[in-house]
Amino acid sequence: MNFFQLIGQSSLKFLAKLGRSSLFLLSILVALGHTLSRPALLIKQIYSIGALTFWLIAIAGLFVGMVLGLQGVYTLSTFGAESALGIMVAASLVRELGPVVSALLFAGRAGSALTAEIGLMKATEQLSAMEMMAIDPLKYIIAPRFFAGFISLPLLAALFSAIGVFGGYLAGVELLNVDSGAYWSQMQSAIDFHDDIINGIIKSLIFAWLISWIALFEGIDAVPTSAGISRATTRTVVNSAFAILLFDFLLTALMFGTS
Amino acid sequence: MISIRNLTFSRGDRKIFDNISLEIMPHKITAIMGPSGTGKTTLLKLIGGQLKPDSGTILVDQQNVHQLSRSALYKLRKKMGMLFQSGALLTDMSVYDNIAFPIREHTQLPESIIRTLVLLKLNAVGLRGARHLMPNELSGGMARRVAMARALALDPGTIMYDEPFTGQDPISLGVLIKLIQTLNQTLHLTSIVVSHDVQETASIADYIYLISERKIAGQGTPKELYSSKSDWVKQFMHGKSDGPVPFHYPADDFSSDLFAHNSAL
Repeated sequence: MNFFQLIGQSSLKFLAKLGRSSLFLLSILVALGHTLSRPALLIKQIYSIGALTFWLIAIAGLFVGMVLGLQGVYTLSTFGAESALGIMVAASLVRELGPVVSALLFAGRAGSALTAEIGLMKATEQLSAMEMMAIDPLKYIIAPRFFAGFISLPLLAALFSAIGVFGGYLAGVELLNVDSGAYWSQMQSAIDFHDDIINGIIKSLIFAWLISWIALFEGIDAVPTSAGISRATTRTVVNSAFAILLFDFLLTALMFGTS
Repeated sequence: MISIRNLTFSRGDRKIFDNISLEIMPHKITAIMGPSGTGKTTLLKLIGGQLKPDSGTILVDQQNVHQLSRSALYKLRKKMGMLFQSGALLTDMSVYDNIAFPIREHTQLPESIIRTLVLLKLNAVGLRGARHLMPNELSGGMARRVAMARALALDPGTIMYDEPFTGQDPISLGVLIKLIQTLNQTLHLTSIVVSHDVQETASIADYIYLISERKIAGQGTPKELYSSKSDWVKQFMHGKSDGPVPFHYPADDFSSDLFAHNSAL
């Protein structure tokens, strides 16, 4: 096979997969009504996907915030601007680190678990068994997990940012004696609800959409063997990370590029 | 009755069935047998509408399975139970909930009646006492019996068994054989058993279809097939190691192969 054939074949494979995954996404969206009519299924998945990821997000948020506090004081003190630490920590977290780092952690913890779970259900014929019981696995299994991911990640990202701000306070104010009043008041006056917080939430929603879509499609599309599921799980984490970073750049350019 | 007419099915370039026709008689146990990899499980998936044939028709209760809308197909599937080779129990639910699951999804019955139904189904397979266990706490034989109870949950008219005897110890095997036969008789089911375990299947089947090389290689009652004149049927039914299906996979001459260059695989 020559170079051009290889490129052609890879492109065709990619387009076919994109087409299949788009149809898959469409059928999930069609099942939204069913998911809303069965809140118990959705709540169970929010617990398993979102609540069980909380401690990972909380601990990561705390340490990222503390590191920001230390680095911030170190850099800002060069200009005698330690009092601006609150703005720096909060803006970094709410605009970028909160949505992006929590999305990367979410893809690693919840996304990989979703792919492995769905892949194993496929390999052990549980999805086929549901089909034969006249129960649509898309409505019962897939859609609740998708919407649970969509709801959970923005909440986790908000918690990440809030805990990160507290981490920055611990490192900057409690450890390095930055003025507490300056830390909170500068943050309050400089952080804009629309430009910073709403844009951060929009980013999180888009990342949640991407991760849930990738994870569930890789699970359903996995070759039903142990090696196949392992490869699908790896693809979920890698592809989600690429998608998060690419979309973060595009969204940042769109939201803040012209300001 | 289930009627399969002129069915052709391929996976990629590989043809699995080439214009086969067969009839599944109501209230009887019909066995589909053949060597591994001949597409027996695929045939069950075609009957259940999980796969679509290249050509030909499959009629279940006079309805062409592959021309039904999704909702009509789901309606038809409520009348068909299927026992998967692995059991395919939902691993995050207890034995009780696995059996209650299709009843809860398809009926508006109160929990008290669902409980009675579930206990009846579990009692029929002898596992009423195991209702609190999780699927990972069951042996292979128990898992299949639970799956059997689940397949019966909606009182189907037809039940399909995919390799029910594979990997079972003699006691579980005896229990499964007895259960398939008893349930078929007492509930007037139409049973389709896919298997390559000749003795066990022939002991309960009313009629057997043998599938090999994309075609129906033989058919008849177990007695007719045991006394068949066909060399292939004789080899399969009596489990002979050599015959039309050779013991050796096709290869070059043995002596020249042995003395070939060492590095050649």
